[in-house]
This record gives sequence, structure tokens and C-alpha cells, in this order.
Amino acid sequence: MGRRIGPKIGVVTFPGSLDDEDALRAVRLCQGEPVPLWHGNDTLDDVQAVILPGGFSYGDYLRCGAISRFAPVMTEVIKAAESGMPVLGICNGFQILCEAHLLPGALIRNDVRVFVCKDQDLRVESVDTTWTSELTKGQEITLVLKSGEGGYVADEETLRRLEGEGQVIFRYINGNPNGSYNDIAGICNERGNVVGLMPHPEHNVDVLTGPTQDGRAIFSSVFNFLSAKV
Amino acid sequence: MARVVVDVMPKPEILDPQGKAVTGALARLGFSGVSVRQGKRFELDVDGELTEDRLAEVRRAAETLLANTVIETFNVRVEEPPASQDEEEDEGEPDEPAEQAELATQAG
Repeated sequence: MGRRIGPKIGVVTFPGSLDDEDALRAVRLCQGEPVPLWHGNDTLDDVQAVILPGGFSYGDYLRCGAISRFAPVMTEVIKAAESGMPVLGICNGFQILCEAHLLPGALIRNDVRVFVCKDQDLRVESVDTTWTSELTKGQEITLVLKSGEGGYVADEETLRRLEGEGQVIFRYINGNPNGSYNDIAGICNERGNVVGLMPHPEHNVDVLTGPTQDGRAIFSSVFNFLSAKV
Repeated sequence: MARVVVDVMPKPEILDPQGKAVTGALARLGFSGVSVRQGKRFELDVDGELTEDRLAEVRRAAETLLANTVIETFNVRVEEPPASQDEEEDEGEPDEPAEQAELATQAG
């Protein structure tokens, strides 16, 4: 095939993770080298970026992501994130990133009080992150949203800062599905290397299983960032 | 052994969908005129003597894990043992439970 070996992207499996396999598959389909990581390990196996996948890690006990945030592998993820490694949290992964204070705010139960599962329209609000550079500002995309606790909340000052600094990167359009403040679907940290979003780009990479392939750009963005860095 | 109770509540400005659901269900059952906010109660049985240091540790535990202070407040208090036990265990130190109760703190 002569396919070039793409960057090594780690996907953490916690007990209760559901979408780790899909995330690994998405990395592979987008020409990266997927590396499974186990929550109980204290090494990242030389990966160049980390994905915290969706699911119900530790059964969502206490609060979504509250226990996972203290898993041994998270000590390494936090260290790597603080030194600039690209980290993506999808759904439960987003909740874990908020619990770990790598991202501000928190996710609470949907205001509609039901689990929402749908193809969700989004607007790309910022492309200045390692995970969104292949997208266009203002572009409208559709990704699978499936969550019961996807309501993004933060205090007013945090919201002002996120909006002012271009840290809101995805916004729900054509209706707010879960009561998220400012229709926020995804945010990044100040540096732009840590991104969290509730919708699932890893489910939108293949014509067979999704209405769009809009998720691919998220993965190719980080690949481009990593190959430009070398 | 002392029992410390940590109560965790969603901050007043944060939407509480669970509390709203309970409020709605109560109204349907005829319990009208009540509005519910739902929190969590943790009971921590602490080994040994409950010193100010141990209590400070419990507060740290509450802040680190039991509550997410972005969206929740917590309250740490020492639960007084039942009166019958008092008589047996607290000979000569009748003031102790009251003193401990005063250590209850509000945080978050």
C-alpha cells in the first residue's frame, strides 16, 4: 500500500469507556497510528497526542469524569497537556478535562432531562487550535451528539473570557439541545492544545456509519499540526 | 471513631434538572407549593480521634473529590453520636460533642 505512517495518537480506555474503539478506528481511517492506552498505566507510550474518548467511565459515579480524572494515566496526560501536547476530550472525555481543570467550567445534566441522541448541527467558531486548524471559521458541520450530561456551564467571568479570547470553538446551531450556556458545544484552553467537545467527531468519519464525514477534519488537523512541528 | 458528614449542593445559580424533576413529580402527587433542589450527603467514618487536623483533611478531601466547586458548594460537619451512646462513651467529657459540632464549616 505504501501508506505513510502517521503520528502516534493515544486513546485512553477507562473502565466504562465506550467509544475508545471508534476513536482508535477514526485515527486509523484518517491515516494516523492509533495507540491504545490503559487508564491504570502511568506512561503515555511516546504518543504525540492523546484522545479521551466518550462513554461512562467509572459508571459516571460521583460526577461524570470525577473519578477518571484521578486515574494514574491522567497524571501523565495533565503533565503532557501543560507542556503543550494536543489533548482532545470527546463527550465523557470533555467532562474529564473539566474535572481535571485542564478546561474551565463543567458539564451538567441536560436541561431537557432526557438523553439526547441526534445528528447535531454546529458552527465552527475558532480554528486556532491544534484540533481545528483544518476547519474554516464560520463553517457549519454536523456531528453525532449523544449525551445525558452535556449542559456546559461556567461563571459569567469565565464565559466572558472564553468568548473574548476565541476559546469557544464549536457552538450548537438550529436549537440548543441541552441548555449549554451560550450554546457552547466545545471549548479549548488558552494555548489551544487542549480541546473538549460534547459531539462525537469519531462517529463521523465513514460514509457507512454517519450522515457526514465532518469529523475527519478534527483528526487531520492534529496530524498536520504534528507533522509541521517535526 | 467519629462521623463527619459532607453535604454537597448545586450552587444556587446553577440549574438543577434533577431537583426540577423531583419538584414536578411531587406536584403531580399533590405535594404542591414545594420547590426541591437535590444534593448529595457523604458520611465519612474517621478512624481515631477527630482532631482539627483530621477535620481539615476531610475538608480537603471534600474540595478535591466530593464536590466540584465550579458548580457545587459543600458543608462539612461533625455528626454527634446518639444520646444513649453519649452516656456510655463520653464519661467525664460531656462537652465534647458540642465542641465538635462547632467545628462545622461552610466552604466552596
